[in-house]
Amino acid sequence: MARGGFETAGRGSLLARVMLGVLSLLVVGGVVVTFAAFAYGRNAARQAYDQILVGAANDIAGSVNIVAGAPLVNMPVSAFGLLALASEDRITYAVRGAGGALLTGHADAPAAAGEVGPAPVFFDAPLHGDPARFVTVVRRFSERDFSGSVHVTVGQTLRARNEMALGLTRGAVLVMSGIGLVLILGAFLVIRSAMRPLDRMARELSARDPYDLTPMPADGPAEVAVMVGSMNRFMGRLDRQVGAMKHLISDTAHQLRTPVAAIRAQAELALEDDPEHLPQRLDRLVKRTRSLGNLLDQMLARALVIHRADNAPPEPVDLRDVALQVLEGRDHEVLAPEAEVELVIGDRAIMVLGDEISLCEAVKNLLANALRHGQSPVRLGVSRAGDTAEIWVEDAGNGPPPEVLDRIGGRFERSAASKGNSAGLGLSIVRAVAEAFGGRVTLGAGPAGQGFRVTLVLPRAGAVGVRDAG
Amino acid sequence: MRARALAVVLGLLAGPVPAQEAVARFAATGGQADTVLTIRSTTDIAIMAPVLEAFVEDHPELEIAYEQWGSNPLYADSLAACTGPQAVADVVVSSGVHQMVDLVNRACASPYRSARTEALAPARRWRDELWGITQEAAVILYNTRLVSAAEVPRTRFALLDLMRRDAPQYHGKIATYDIEASGLGFLFAFMDSQEATTFGGLMEGFSRVEAVATCCSAEIIEGVSEGRYAIAYNVLGSYVDSAPRPDLGVIYPEDYTLFLSRALMIPRGAAQADEAALLLDFLLSPRGQGILAESNLMWRPDFDETSLPASARRDIPIDPTLLVAMDRHRREIFVQKWRATFWAARPK
Repeated sequence: MARGGFETAGRGSLLARVMLGVLSLLVVGGVVVTFAAFAYGRNAARQAYDQILVGAANDIAGSVNIVAGAPLVNMPVSAFGLLALASEDRITYAVRGAGGALLTGHADAPAAAGEVGPAPVFFDAPLHGDPARFVTVVRRFSERDFSGSVHVTVGQTLRARNEMALGLTRGAVLVMSGIGLVLILGAFLVIRSAMRPLDRMARELSARDPYDLTPMPADGPAEVAVMVGSMNRFMGRLDRQVGAMKHLISDTAHQLRTPVAAIRAQAELALEDDPEHLPQRLDRLVKRTRSLGNLLDQMLARALVIHRADNAPPEPVDLRDVALQVLEGRDHEVLAPEAEVELVIGDRAIMVLGDEISLCEAVKNLLANALRHGQSPVRLGVSRAGDTAEIWVEDAGNGPPPEVLDRIGGRFERSAASKGNSAGLGLSIVRAVAEAFGGRVTLGAGPAGQGFRVTLVLPRAGAVGVRDAG
Repeated sequence: MRARALAVVLGLLAGPVPAQEAVARFAATGGQADTVLTIRSTTDIAIMAPVLEAFVEDHPELEIAYEQWGSNPLYADSLAACTGPQAVADVVVSSGVHQMVDLVNRACASPYRSARTEALAPARRWRDELWGITQEAAVILYNTRLVSAAEVPRTRFALLDLMRRDAPQYHGKIATYDIEASGLGFLFAFMDSQEATTFGGLMEGFSRVEAVATCCSAEIIEGVSEGRYAIAYNVLGSYVDSAPRPDLGVIYPEDYTLFLSRALMIPRGAAQADEAALLLDFLLSPRGQGILAESNLMWRPDFDETSLPASARRDIPIDPTLLVAMDRHRREIFVQKWRATFWAARPK
């Protein structure tokens, strides 16, 4: 219950956080765009209405005629029609002749400061207390009876300009709000649909049997698939380890039963039997105990190998190092002090990707088997064949009989265990190592058709790269 | 309950100082008026009385001081009050619409907004500071005894043809406003000159028949009724029917008829601006407009038997283009041209 609540809260907060991010982006963008739209709108309104203003001023300037040596303005209605496009704005105008004397218009209309050239001069000034925009244009006359310039100033309050700027801003803000709403809705839907696989995963996981370690379906977006893939790998490893642990336990129980029972029987016999048979009994008891110790060693080694194969990341390993290490360990001298072991290695490194400890353990087992069951001389060798690397142990004997060969390598090689040795278990370690690093185990006659050779075949490191390059 | 005019004083008798022509006060009978609303208007007291009486009946706390002015003195007074320390009226109403537009353009008015003002057509309001409260046509008057039914000029073209024939019975018998003496006459003539090319022809025709230019609506109407004039051009129709007269025919010219909307403004700094707004809303209300219609100040197409097509209707818009009519040079040029043609054929 608490767990479910935690999950829901986590999901909700992710969605809320993303939405909050989107929302604050939109708000910031909205404020920026509003200011930009207002600046743009004001500029557009200024340009539009400045055109009207200068149009009206030119219209008035064009209707100045020289009558009897003086400028006379036949004030055009069209000029005021133009200005009346800003229907709610007050208008002022003045036509001034030489020396700034008012010809017609409003005496209180301001004049442009400074010299006015052929281009119209715009300026801002108050008009009856309201802010207003003015333009002054000049018309020059060179007539017989009048020579000089006439200044026409036209001004207008800013109501229409401000309304236009506000209208443009309002329009932009309205459109933007619409888009913003659509974006928010879209973002919400997209985020929710993107999170749906997570949601489903969470539901499946919480509905799952805690011992169910089968892989989950890895559909959905790539990020989720990666996650599911990792999780599946993790669960697979967990599954294998749980399996290995189960096997270890059941094997241990299984394989220990017989030797322990034998030891007990020997011990009981030793107690009940004639005292003169006692040294013989004790000798057997020691043998049995040593055999049990070997068995335990191998079982632990196997558990170690399976554990490492799954957990230690594979690293480049030179198989020659493995062979040398096994020989230098001199474990075989304990088993068969009189036996000769010949090392067959070349001068080129033969690299595989694997775990050195696991590989050593596997080769030790191979060697131990050969020394125990085979005939001298025993050879330990490393070689390469195409894309694969091989490490092998060969003896001069004929190998086990075919019916044993069929069963050999399985976990329950009971006959071996019950006899107090552990060849079967040893081979199963080799097989587990081979599987862990993508290789296999082959059994058969040596290359010359004589002797018995067990080979651990592994993919050669770098071989794929070489092939690709070729 | 009839409201009563408390006093009517003829301004002409009162001495040289006040420029108003007449003064009247309106208050509800039995009302305890504690506020006086001062109206300065170019409209005759008698014509405005019914609507003002109805207003004070509705608002017994108000008393109206109504001053009747000529349009030019009223403009001068309002302009002086706007810029100087002179006392301001609470309401100014004038038929000199161009002068009112000029006053508003000079920031002499205060704004007001209500559902009623916003319902007005755009041509009847400007800046929420000036409102057209009436609709009155510029008509052609004729004397039914002097003009035969066949010769009645229903359009300006007909009037033009009639004058071009130079029939002796119309010689000196056609009247129109003297645009130099009458602000309204100038406005009508100015609008005519913009409206159609017939204006030049009309001037020439007036000159040919030695038309009479006179100052005042009342004088023209009386002259036509009595037979001194056969035809009068561009007379404000609202003055005609306020008192029924014999032998008077009215024509709404079918080529186009000018419509004038008397303009009302509330001067900036008016002492009773709120009460003035109250009066404005009343004048624009259905009841106020109804009373104005009865006083013939509202032309209503369904009321009149005249068959004036809608396309012939030309409203004089209350907008800044009327400022051209106030321009000194333009006015000089226009008046000079008018003088040159109107008086062309005869010594003045």
